[in-house]
Amino acid sequence: MSIINNINKLFDHRIRLGIMSVLMVNEYADFNMLKELLGATDGNLASHTKALEKAEYIKVEKQFIGRKPNTRYSTTKLGRAAFKKHIDALEAIIKKQK
Amino acid sequence: MKSKDYLKDISEIKNMMNKSSRFISLSGLSGILAGVYALIGAAIAYSLVISYSYGRLTLDGWVFETCLFILFMVAFLSILTGIFLTTRKAKKDGSKIWDSTSRRLVFNFLVPLAVGGLYILIILSQGKYGQSGGLMLIFYGLALVNASKYSIGDIQYLGYIQIILGLIGAWKPGYGFWLWVLGFGIMHIVYGTWMHFKYDRN
Repeated sequence: MSIINNINKLFDHRIRLGIMSVLMVNEYADFNMLKELLGATDGNLASHTKALEKAEYIKVEKQFIGRKPNTRYSTTKLGRAAFKKHIDALEAIIKKQK
Repeated sequence: MKSKDYLKDISEIKNMMNKSSRFISLSGLSGILAGVYALIGAAIAYSLVISYSYGRLTLDGWVFETCLFILFMVAFLSILTGIFLTTRKAKKDGSKIWDSTSRRLVFNFLVPLAVGGLYILIILSQGKYGQSGGLMLIFYGLALVNASKYSIGDIQYLGYIQIILGLIGAWKPGYGFWLWVLGFGIMHIVYGTWMHFKYDRN
């Protein structure tokens, strides 16, 4: 199998790549934190988190902090494994082309 | 696909991981000033002890109380300067001063430091003050090592140096004062200068 097969199409987008990067090193992140870090609009971010949620790479928890609704995200085991594989593939390709 | 895109992806991943988990707007200048305050404080305390207490510090009396007061002033001024300069730098960097990264940094820094501070106050109240210089260095060093995971990784080395100085101080309590001067004064200045030139000047 060639390494190019390990490149995950789902991570081939700046926002989705960013979401996963943030969640890999944080226990969880809420919607606003992701929005600020990635500089995305509400709708844009929502559609990308939905895509990752659908693939079961991230978990979504909705809760209330006081009276404000708060949505927070965290990675799933599947998501972590997929992202690691993706990074390994990126590194392997870069090494090969050097 | 081109490798250039992949390289960009990798650097984007690294950038996001750092930005979301580390607070890096610490100011090197505040380290230098903290060291200067420590040296001034130590000089005043030293001259007091030499001229009014015959070179020996006893737990009762105004000289000891003044030394404690100087110590608190040094800590207070250092914290104030640190907050002021770090806020200024964060503004310049365009990052928020009080977000999840700085909250985590402060919390992880304060836990070992507060425990150490309370422990030192307790043993001081029991009349055992010989170890306090070394203990301050040890707990401060542990706080730095702990905090380095949430900030510029380099501060862990300052932490290790403080811990080693503190252990030497525990072993040779007679040098406690001079080790304190070396750790809190000189090392802060050296380290702050290094950080200033490495991170601040661009």
